[in-house]
Amino acid sequence: MEHIRMPKVENVWLVDRSSSRRTQVGTLYLTATHTIFVGKGSENRNELWVLHSLVCNVVKHKASQSGYPLLIHCKNFQVIQFIIPQESDCHDVYISLSRLSRPEKYEELYCFSFNPNAEREHSWDFLDMKAEYSRMGLPNKQWHVTPINREYRVCDTYPSDLFVPKSVTLPVIVGSSKFRSRGRFPTLSYYCKENHATICRSSQPLSGFSARCLEDEQMLQAIMKSNPGSRFMYVVDTRPKLNAMANRAAGKGYENEDNYCNIKFQFIGIENIHVMRNSLQKLIEVSALRSPTMREFLLGLENSDWLRHIKSIMEAGIFISKAVAEEGVSVLVHCSDGWDRTAQVCSVASVLLDPYYRTLKGLMVLIEKDWVSFGHKFSHRCGHLDGEAKEVSPVIDQFLECVWQFMDQFPCSFEYNEKFLISIHNHVYSCNYGNFICNSQKERKELCIKEKTHSIWPHLWEDKLDFMNPLYKADQSQNQGLLRPSTAPFCFKYWRRLYNRFDRELHPRQSEMDCLMTIKEETQQLEEELDVYEQKLAVLGKERAKTLYMQKGLLDVKHQMLWSLPLDASLVNSPQDYIGGFIGAAPNVFTLQQGERESTELSLFGDKPKSDADNSDQESGVADFSSHSSGEESLPSEDSVKDPDSDETGPNRA
Amino acid sequence: MELSEHIKTANVEDVTLRRPFHPALRGTLCVTSHHLLFSDRKDEDSWQLLILLRNIDATEKSVENLFGYPRAVGSSGTITIKCKDLLVLQLEIPGMEECLNIASSIEALSALESVTEMYPFFHRPSHLTLHGPWGLSSTEKYYKQTERLWDRWRVSTVNSDYSVCPSYPHAVIVPREVDDEKLVQSARFRQGGRFPVLSYCHHRNGMVIMRSSQPLTGANRKRCKEDELLLQAVIDGSVLGYIIDLRSTQQAQQARMTGGGFESKSCYSHWKRIHRHHERGKVLQESLIKLVEACSDPSHSVDRWLSKLENSKWLSHVHSALSTAGLVVECVERDGHSVLVHGSEGTDSTLVVSSLAQLILHPASRTLTGFLGLLERDWIQAGHPFQQRCAHSAYSHARLKQECPSFLLLLDCVWQVWRQFPLALEFSEALLLRLAQEVYASNYGTFLCNNEQERCAAGVKENTHCLFQSLLSPDIEEQYLNPLYEPTDLAIWPSVHPQSLQLWTGLFLRWTEYAQNMEEAREEVWSIVKKHRERAGPDRTNNTPSTHCDTLTPFENLMDELTIL
Repeated sequence: MEHIRMPKVENVWLVDRSSSRRTQVGTLYLTATHTIFVGKGSENRNELWVLHSLVCNVVKHKASQSGYPLLIHCKNFQVIQFIIPQESDCHDVYISLSRLSRPEKYEELYCFSFNPNAEREHSWDFLDMKAEYSRMGLPNKQWHVTPINREYRVCDTYPSDLFVPKSVTLPVIVGSSKFRSRGRFPTLSYYCKENHATICRSSQPLSGFSARCLEDEQMLQAIMKSNPGSRFMYVVDTRPKLNAMANRAAGKGYENEDNYCNIKFQFIGIENIHVMRNSLQKLIEVSALRSPTMREFLLGLENSDWLRHIKSIMEAGIFISKAVAEEGVSVLVHCSDGWDRTAQVCSVASVLLDPYYRTLKGLMVLIEKDWVSFGHKFSHRCGHLDGEAKEVSPVIDQFLECVWQFMDQFPCSFEYNEKFLISIHNHVYSCNYGNFICNSQKERKELCIKEKTHSIWPHLWEDKLDFMNPLYKADQSQNQGLLRPSTAPFCFKYWRRLYNRFDRELHPRQSEMDCLMTIKEETQQLEEELDVYEQKLAVLGKERAKTLYMQKGLLDVKHQMLWSLPLDASLVNSPQDYIGGFIGAAPNVFTLQQGERESTELSLFGDKPKSDADNSDQESGVADFSSHSSGEESLPSEDSVKDPDSDETGPNRA
Repeated sequence: MELSEHIKTANVEDVTLRRPFHPALRGTLCVTSHHLLFSDRKDEDSWQLLILLRNIDATEKSVENLFGYPRAVGSSGTITIKCKDLLVLQLEIPGMEECLNIASSIEALSALESVTEMYPFFHRPSHLTLHGPWGLSSTEKYYKQTERLWDRWRVSTVNSDYSVCPSYPHAVIVPREVDDEKLVQSARFRQGGRFPVLSYCHHRNGMVIMRSSQPLTGANRKRCKEDELLLQAVIDGSVLGYIIDLRSTQQAQQARMTGGGFESKSCYSHWKRIHRHHERGKVLQESLIKLVEACSDPSHSVDRWLSKLENSKWLSHVHSALSTAGLVVECVERDGHSVLVHGSEGTDSTLVVSSLAQLILHPASRTLTGFLGLLERDWIQAGHPFQQRCAHSAYSHARLKQECPSFLLLLDCVWQVWRQFPLALEFSEALLLRLAQEVYASNYGTFLCNNEQERCAAGVKENTHCLFQSLLSPDIEEQYLNPLYEPTDLAIWPSVHPQSLQLWTGLFLRWTEYAQNMEEAREEVWSIVKKHRERAGPDRTNNTPSTHCDTLTPFENLMDELTIL
């Protein structure tokens, strides 16, 4: 609170960057957690709430005629522009927001004050990692949980429960961990029940130019042997070879094939966090271009290199998933510290390998396992606290985008839709929930995250109907569960829904998927009703048999049955409900949505079928056409085009 | 020369066929006057591939031992066949001479010049008769359907013998107050005689979209009183009309040097001219060639793909076509003004823009029949020279003459609109793909010749079948319908931001894995919708939002069952 210099500013303009005509005036409030803009005008009170933790940066622009512009860039790619009439107000808001958006202590984060009407402890029980490992088939004859890291003594960035081969003794683990950056020794990430192949992860070995570690070699040997079906294992270094070689000079490096028995070593070449950060920055600049030409957009996209990086991550995941599923060979994955690229690659491979991770709950589990528990440094990478800008990098963003690219290629293979991915993306940054706070399990325990904040997953689960893909086919036996995505360059698309999330005018105006979802729900409803009726028919049939048995006249029976229907129905699960509930409610839902859609269309195009043409919202989306391609003004008059025959200065005479 | 004289080897055994995403097959290859037939000759469920020779855009042959050992045993050759629908096949033919013979037959027979030798004149499916009605729509039908026109507009048959404008149909819609004599004068003042005629009348405000070719003002600013009167009559009492000139200001200026020109402010005082540059002709064709080349090379990196995509400029053309169509719609619907669209000849980009604008504006043109009718009026009857434009597609090595994928560009734009309004069109992507194929090679006569005059002379209506009617026959219609169609009365304004436009993967990547997965998704959409229809009963499938009456259906059915009990 002490950081708020200016809790309220009147007569602020909220500029709609796609159309100046939709700019509105209102009041700006700064609270401890949100920036709130309330539009004036009694009819439709327009409110905009922006969480401070989502604010990426605040920029003051040069004064314009109408006041002092303030630009707020958000981590979810929203860009908000205010114009504040007084310079001093603008400055105060700027200073306050700059401070509020860069908290110095965890306790300042929103999740510690966020209090929804939900049971907190219960929310943390929603996902159970033990259950996930036993779903994979662990522990088993070969793998068990080692207690060695219970107190986070061997590796403070790893979770407390870790799976290692049974044959490995504690001294071997300790020895191996001493030979790995940050003590992140090789441990299991994914186990394939069908062929016993595993994906293990670690950090780079401290091999320098020649160092060896017997325990580490034993560790790898044990991992290889725990998969009886194969004679070797892959060791995948996800870094570009040059980077890995450079690390050797610092006493780190990569495994020497000569020292480790039966390993096949492979570089993948995913760039480091700094390259990725810069790439995203360029991508954001492209996505934020206002009416670019096709050329500017495509070349901008290309120059950002973003899709190339996505491709390299995907290729690594594809390599591993194929090794596990098709060759039945175990893989050890590492990068430098084993919490960025390694997390990406392991989770991408898991999504390809196991249909479970293509379900809503499965993706939650996967993120909780490969990212949260294995110590992806969310606080640093997402910049939750004021700190080193160089630590920020869109690592998990890239994982989510890989999943999106897969969804684009396999529209029927995922239970969730892109809204789910976007929601997760949003909450990774929002600090609304405690899941993505801190850099490791240990830190979270110390901060009592589970006691003081809520978990995101049950919240998302509540809205699961919004996140369902209507095309999902649960039965994926045809490809044995493995997805084989193409990496032909044309398969990599620009994710408009994420990067232009808040530019409504860029998105399709009708949603095929929403429509399909409604249809599906309605079908289900109808089927349930049918069941009810079939039951009732059965009851009636029995009654009829009874009455026939009692030798009543047929006409009577008919009569009776017709009358008995509503009565009967109200007893069993009620056609009253059906009539009231379905006939009343369901179509309403339908028409409501229809109505909504139309109303959005109306506001988007200002296109009203019957009403007068003077609707204030009229101009909205349409001015775009004229302002595009040639930079002429909307509906250019001949003044702007310059009538070539109007005077002597026509181009052919000049 | 008889067609069969081109065939030196009609049959080859033991040919290996390779096509994308299928294992290689061995079988027999036959060449007929119009087809290439491959059959695996299995007794049970034998598989056949029939390719219209007309569909073949280019062949490449590689023969071992080309020189020296003409009849060497075991020699063989490979013919790569690149089709106009972008499919690429390979045939391994044992025997070099056979290989060369087949290649030369394909080359000769796929490039027939004479219309009446083409396959539509020989296609005689058993379930169709030749004497049925031909086509779906015409100037007269459109006039009859559009009540708004009756007052101020009339159908003129000034062109009934095609002497006023050889590329126009026999009947056109013009302002009632302009007599045929004035039309003749105006036609003399327009390139190719394409005087301004009505293309569309907006059902909401009566404003119209006209199209024509450029006026022949020339360097010394000729005028034509009748042309001016004609345009004056179009806007009648209203203050203003817009001329959308599909050339840049500079191009329009330059056109005067070669006898063309534009409507000057001083002579057409009530018309405001807006210039929008559109590529045409060779540039567009080369753009298509570059795009297809980029798509068929999956080896390069993401980066090079994007620059190749950009370099092809295809999406830029889509972008400008949609933007200009949007501009036209804005004039008509928003500002309530009539519009005249023309470029130079008025047979290509003019038609793209005017028909796209109708699709955006007019709910009826978004139905299957409506859309086909629109294509028939605004493309086929309006004299888009299909035969010249679609002689070759993207693979051909032949020197470009008049080829230009204007129609493909239109289909692509329609596809973009469908992506943005997936519920608003009654037809499906499958229809667009089918049209993209048929326009280059077809069993039907619909896309033959360059204009109505030529079609009459060749007897197309009498001797071939109509594609559009066959598309509407009930047994195949369903695959061309959009299962999610929900009619809307509103104009559907597409977004034209580059971020919103996509490559039409269904067409350009049609023969890749990618398209196969999309096919699965399409089937799933249908199965969801069908399941719903089954459950909900036929009354609810009319795409009308549910009403109380409809929801009663299952209930009532049950009552019937009860009474039968």
